Parts: sequence; C-alpha cells; structure tokens
Amino acid sequence: MPIDYETLKVIWWLLVGVLLVGFAIMDGHDMGVGTLLPFVGRDDVERRVVINTVGPHWDGNQVWFITGGGAIFAAWPLVYATAFSGFYWAMLAVLWALFFRPVGFDYRSKLESPRWRSAWDWGLFVGGAVPPLIFGVAFGNLLQGVPFHFDNQLVSYYEGSFWGLLNPFALLCGVVSTAMITFHGSIYLMHRTDAAVHARSRTAMLAFGFLLLAGFSAAGIWLQTIPGYVVSSPVVPGALPDPLAKTVVREAGAWMANYQRVPATVALPLLAYLATLAAMWLAARGRTLLAFVGSSLAIVGVIGTAGASMFPFVMPSSSDPRSSLTVWDSVSSHLTLTIMFFATLIFMPLIVAYTSWAYKVMSGKVTAAYVRENSHSAY
Amino acid sequence: MVSEQLVDLSRLQFAATAMYHFLFVPLTIGMVWMLVIMESVYVMTGKQVYKDMTRFWGKLFGINFALGVTTGITLEFQFGTNWAYYSHYVGDIFGAPLAIEGLMAFFLESTFIGLFFFGWDRLSRKQHLLVTILMAVGTNLSALWILIANGWMQSPVGAEFSYQTMRMEMTDFWAIVFNPDAQAKFVHTVSAGYVTGAMFVLSISAFYLLRGRDIEFAKRSFRIAAAFGLASALSVIVLGDESGYTVGEAQQTKIAAMEAMWDTEPAPAGLKLIAGINESEMKNDWEIEIPWVLGLIGTRSIDKQLPGIKDILVENRARIVSGIAAVKALEAVRTDVGDDEAKATLERHMSDLGFGLLLRKYVADMDQVTPEIIDRAARDTIPRVAPMFWAFRVMVALGFWFLALFGTALWFSVKGDFADRRWLLRAALWSLPLPWVACEVGWFVAEYGRQPWTIYGVLPTHLSVSTLSVSSLYGSLAGFVGFYTLLLIVEMFLMVKFARLGPGSLGTGRYTNEPAHA
Repeated sequence: MPIDYETLKVIWWLLVGVLLVGFAIMDGHDMGVGTLLPFVGRDDVERRVVINTVGPHWDGNQVWFITGGGAIFAAWPLVYATAFSGFYWAMLAVLWALFFRPVGFDYRSKLESPRWRSAWDWGLFVGGAVPPLIFGVAFGNLLQGVPFHFDNQLVSYYEGSFWGLLNPFALLCGVVSTAMITFHGSIYLMHRTDAAVHARSRTAMLAFGFLLLAGFSAAGIWLQTIPGYVVSSPVVPGALPDPLAKTVVREAGAWMANYQRVPATVALPLLAYLATLAAMWLAARGRTLLAFVGSSLAIVGVIGTAGASMFPFVMPSSSDPRSSLTVWDSVSSHLTLTIMFFATLIFMPLIVAYTSWAYKVMSGKVTAAYVRENSHSAY
Repeated sequence: MVSEQLVDLSRLQFAATAMYHFLFVPLTIGMVWMLVIMESVYVMTGKQVYKDMTRFWGKLFGINFALGVTTGITLEFQFGTNWAYYSHYVGDIFGAPLAIEGLMAFFLESTFIGLFFFGWDRLSRKQHLLVTILMAVGTNLSALWILIANGWMQSPVGAEFSYQTMRMEMTDFWAIVFNPDAQAKFVHTVSAGYVTGAMFVLSISAFYLLRGRDIEFAKRSFRIAAAFGLASALSVIVLGDESGYTVGEAQQTKIAAMEAMWDTEPAPAGLKLIAGINESEMKNDWEIEIPWVLGLIGTRSIDKQLPGIKDILVENRARIVSGIAAVKALEAVRTDVGDDEAKATLERHMSDLGFGLLLRKYVADMDQVTPEIIDRAARDTIPRVAPMFWAFRVMVALGFWFLALFGTALWFSVKGDFADRRWLLRAALWSLPLPWVACEVGWFVAEYGRQPWTIYGVLPTHLSVSTLSVSSLYGSLAGFVGFYTLLLIVEMFLMVKFARLGPGSLGTGRYTNEPAHA
C-alpha cells in the first residue's frame, strides 16, 4: 500500500480534526445563527432575514456533521462505537435537538400563525445551541477521561451516567464551545445583514468574543490541575490495533507535556487568542468577511488545542486506563484507512469548490425588502 | 450474556426508526427525477407552466425532504449508540460506504437543494437545470452507497475475520462495491422510489382533474407521471426478479422462508401463489402453485435445486457444531496469542465462526452447550415463515397493480382523453398510499428475512447491541415515538394543506386558490 500504516494513523488523526473543524466552521455558523435568532430578530420580518442568511446553505453544512460521523465510523470504529453508546443520552439530546433544524427551516414560514412561527424559532434556537454545548461538554469529559472498559472480546462497557458528564470542568468546556460557535455565527450574521439585525449581531459578537476569551483562558488554567494520561508501555505505532495491548497511567501535567515535547504546538492556543481578537477587531470595524476568516481560524485554534493536548489519546478511560483509545489502537485496517484517505483526497476539494460556488451565487445582504418580495418562496 | 429484552428493544427501535425514515426516502428518490424532467421541458420549450410545475412539485418535495433529512441522521447515530459491538466488529467495512456516501453524494444533494429552492432568480435557466440534475444525481448516489452498505450485511463479501483485532476487516473494496446483492438491491430500491414519485404526482394531479381545477397544469403533470411511472413499474418488477435471483444465491434461508418451502423440491421448483402455513409442524396445510417459476427465478436454470427449510436446518446444525470449535479456539487465542494449535483450529473452522456465535444467545461458556441448545440455535437460523411469505406476496401483487395502473394511465394519456375518465382518475387517487405499503413490506422482507443475523452468517443480531440498560432503551424508544408522531402530524398537515392549495400556493396569480395578499 502506498502509505505506511503508522503515517496513515497520524494522517487520520489530522483528517478527523479537519472534519471536526470543517463541521464547526460550516455547520457551526448556522448553529450560531440559530442560537441568536430569537434575540437579534425582534419581529417576523427580521427573523426571516436571519433565517434566510443560512436558508440555502444549512442543509449542505449539516453534511459536515454527517460525514464527520461517517468518517469516525470508518476510520475509528472503536471510538465511534464506544463514544456513541457510552454517551447515549448526550448523543440522543444532540440528535433530538437537530430534529428541529430541517423542519424548523422548511416549515416555519409555510403558515402565517405567529404562534407556529415563534415555536419553530425556539426550535431553531434549540437546534443551534444544544449541539455545540453538548460537544463542548463531551470534549471536557474526554480531557478528564471517561469511565469505560473493554472485555477480552472488545465489548465496551460504559460505567458512568449521563449526569456524571455534567461536571463543572465539562460544563465550562461547553460554555467555551457554545461561545465559540455563537461568536462565529454573529460575525456571519453581521456580514449578511443590515440595519437593526446587523447592529444587534455586532453587540452579540463582542459579548461572545469576550466570553470565548475568558472561557478558553479559564479552561486552560483549570486543565493544568487535571491529570492527563500517558502510555507507559512501549508504543509500536505501526502495530495491529488492539487497545488492550498497552498499559496507561494517569499523571499530573501529562496534557501539558506535548507542548514541551513539540514546542510548535504552542501555536494552536496562541492562534485561538490572536484569531479571536483579530476577528473582534475586524468585525467591529466592519471588515466582516475577514473577520469570518478570523473566527474560523479561532475555531482551528480552540479545537486544535484540545486535540494536541491529548495526542495520542482520543478517548482515555478513567476507570480502566489500559482500555483507553489512542490514534494507534482504535483505527481501521491499513486498507480501509488507505481507501478512505484517497476518497477524502478526491472529494473534499470538490465539496469545497461547489460549496463556495453556492455561497457566491447567494452572496450579498439579506434585507427586509428581499423577504417581503419573496414571501412565498423564501424561508 | 446480553438480555433478550435489550436485544428486542434495540431491534424494535432500529426497525421503527428505519421504516419511518423509509417513508420519506422513496418519494425523494423518485420525485427528484420528475423535477428534472419537468424543468428540462421548461428549458427546452420555455413554457412558463413547466417552471410552475417544477416549483410547485418542488415545494411538496421540500416538505418531504425535510423529514427525510431529520430522520436520516437518526440512522447514522444509531449504529454507534445502539449497535456498538456491531460498529466495532464490522466498522472496518461498513463504515467506509457510509462515509463515502457523505463525501460523494450527500454533500452534492444537500448543497444543490439549497440552490434549487433559492437560486431561481440568480441562475440562468441552464445553470438552474444543472443544479437540479446534480441534486438528483446526489440523491441517487446516496441510495447507491447506503445499499452497498446494506448489501454487505446481506452478503458479506470482500472481508475476513482477524483474531488480533477481533473484528472483520476489509480485503477487497471493489468486491464490496460491486457486490451483486448490493447492485441488485440498489436498482430495485431506486425503481421503487421512482414508482412512489410517479404515483404521488399522478394521484394529486388526478385530484385536481376530478375537481376540475388547474386543468392544464394537472394534465401535463399527469402525463409525465404516467410515462415515468410505467417505465419505473416495469423496472421495479424486472429488477426485483434480479434481486430474487441474488437472494437465492446468497441467502438460502430468506428465499426458503419467503416461499414457505419446507422441503427441497425437485428442480425446477414451483412458485406458491398462496398457502396455508403451519409453522409448528413445518409444513403447508394446503397450497396453490405455479410449476417451474420459482426455480427459474431463484436459480436461472431448470436443473439446479433450491434447498428447503428442513435441509437447510440440517446443514446449519452441522455448521453450528463446527462453529463451537471456532469459538473455543478464538477464546484460546485471545487469552494466549502464542497458542498455535488454537490458531490452526480457528483457521479450519473460520467459515462457521458466526454459527458458533449463535449459541451465545443461550450460553456464555461453550463447554455447557447441549444438543437441545444446538437445536434451538439451528431453529433460530430460519426467520418466521408466515410474515415473510405474506409480506412478499403483498409487495409483488402491488407491483403488478402499479404496472396495470400506469399502463392504463399512459394508454389514455396517449389517446388524449384521460381527463374525462373519472374511474381512472379515482383509481389513481386512491392508489396514492400503495407505493409506501409496497416499499415498507419490501424493506421488511429484506431485513426481517436476514434474521437472526445483522451480518448474514457472520455476526448474530443478539451480539451486535450496545451494553445499555433496558430502561435507557424504553426511554429512548418513548422519545422517538413521541418526536416522530409529532413530526408526522406536522408533515402530513402541511403536505395535505399544500397539495390541496395546489399551484396557487406559488403566488403567481395564474391558478386557483391564490393567496389573498401579494
């Protein structure tokens, strides 16, 4: 096979990161728009303006989420199996929150009733705010380790509860994640709207930008005190994946060790700060398109920081550390990783190209006049 | 051991959410081509009515599509949430087509559906038609990859078990893509979708004609639906027959159960029209049969035999006995990787490993297996016959009804006087729900007929589940029932409302039921 197993395992860690970041940038901005919808739109026309900024795009963006899930299934089947079943109620909460989006977008403006429309507006709020919150909480738990173990046949057993996921550090990560997504969405809204909606989005942009900076700093400081995980047996990166073949210990400060080992990774948390600040500055000065690039880079920084801290761990186990899942031992076969790598290599540029074209076709501000003129075809 | 209640509830939840999802998928798959046809006529002729048709039927398409998307995410989550061991055991193979579906198809479909609805004023006519075509291609490619994944569950080719990683691993990607089972399923399933799309437009157009309103709009829609429907009904039957052939090749238990064929019959076997099935005594009390036909469909020959259930049972019992050795050897190898003798034993009995795993439903320890337990496990390998037999017959009968209806509709469309034949319009209107019935029973035959396996011959269903509590399952099932009931009410309400409003809902000023305000 053209690429050796070890290299592919690292590539797939990066690719899953790319897909998560892609999801957060693309689906994230319309989730942010959904979260802000009831607050930046005060009457029906304003709310339709807000909804129609993402009307033609939310569906394509949501596929980042679906493809991300599919790619984790294909590349990290043990992670997909263990995380989705272990976080059962959290995943169902995400799923049920997402239910409100397709129907909310498509059905909301099909009837005149204000109660009907207001109900769907809050549905879109739930569909926008709950998933980033829960994903943040999930990352917060991954950083602390999750209680699960495998038996000899690799059946996974989760030993925690849903309420156990909602611990203070994880909730803080949830706040960071929600702030990041809402901040990103507010910049998108500034770019695509005018008048009152634009002005309120600007206020939201500043508020969530500061919240993101504060939350990210607090989580970073807190993380110093949270013990990380270290593989204590010799690592054979090219070996056949078997999570039970290693030993793992918990160690204070382990999550910070990567930054000393590979000093270049410090660029990731730095990027999170600088890009957030730059995006706030640019957005405040009306340079909204550049600001959107900035908030996208901030997302790269925040998610990259979480990933780099944990490398090579993906899902450490707090109750049976040797069951922990790492980039070396939770992956698919060499052949599957190879095929999926080339499939991604071929299709990802195409997706980026036609998505960009779709945004270009629909570019420009969505105004109150547009909504009134197209009241039978717009959302 | 996994509790049976957990397995049953997990199955119920999956079946309910999958069949619910499949209420929306076929209409999407079929209608999207109707939109392509209508818009192509618009681009070629420039007649406004065809643009109105594309937009109005597109509106109904959108109402349906929203729920298709909503309920589709559930399915992708559910492999991980509820079928964790399955996801681990076969994710190396099964995950790939799902991920490629996202990359190659679902992105395409979902990106262009946005431009389909919002791009009318921003794109040239040809550009917009291209968008619609890409949306249709994406939709159908999406079905292709999903059915490649599903086809592999029915006929697991191109993969082998690895004791080091304790899972199935891919050995031949192209064998999985060109799996005959998957390809036959794909063409049969999308044709069923085309029939559904055609019936939807035919029925609602007939409704307008019966009411004597929006005549020109409805007549044109009716004719397109009749032509598209006839072609689709023909292919669904021909390709369904092809599907029957591949099932005969790959899954003997399924075809034997579908046909209530208890004993191996001399070739070529006859096709039973109807029969009085006696499940407990393993015989049919009476039957009406057409000679030869089944043998021809199932084997494409007049001398190959299709095995009956009793013979399959004997064969499967032997495979279970052989599988015990495989499971024991696997346990030994998992405890001590240096055990070469166990490795050799595992290698010898590898093809029966799945059959050995069937016993785990009853005992954890292979040393406690008794002949009675083996008998029970062997009996499990045959799905219940009566539901399979009758569900299959309902599907086939409906297929022929569609052929007759679309044939008649097209005949009178060509003659030009269909709009005056109220009996035809009524038949079209009242047939509206039937394609959904056919799709659901077809799905049932394919998936219930696969039991007791999730991966046929490889992984038993009862081992595939997540280790969740029964109360979690009751909770999630209740949540799904609640959400889905509510969503269905909302969807049906909007669908009926807009179908009744008709093309007037576009607000163009050219049709009845125009909205009062601009």
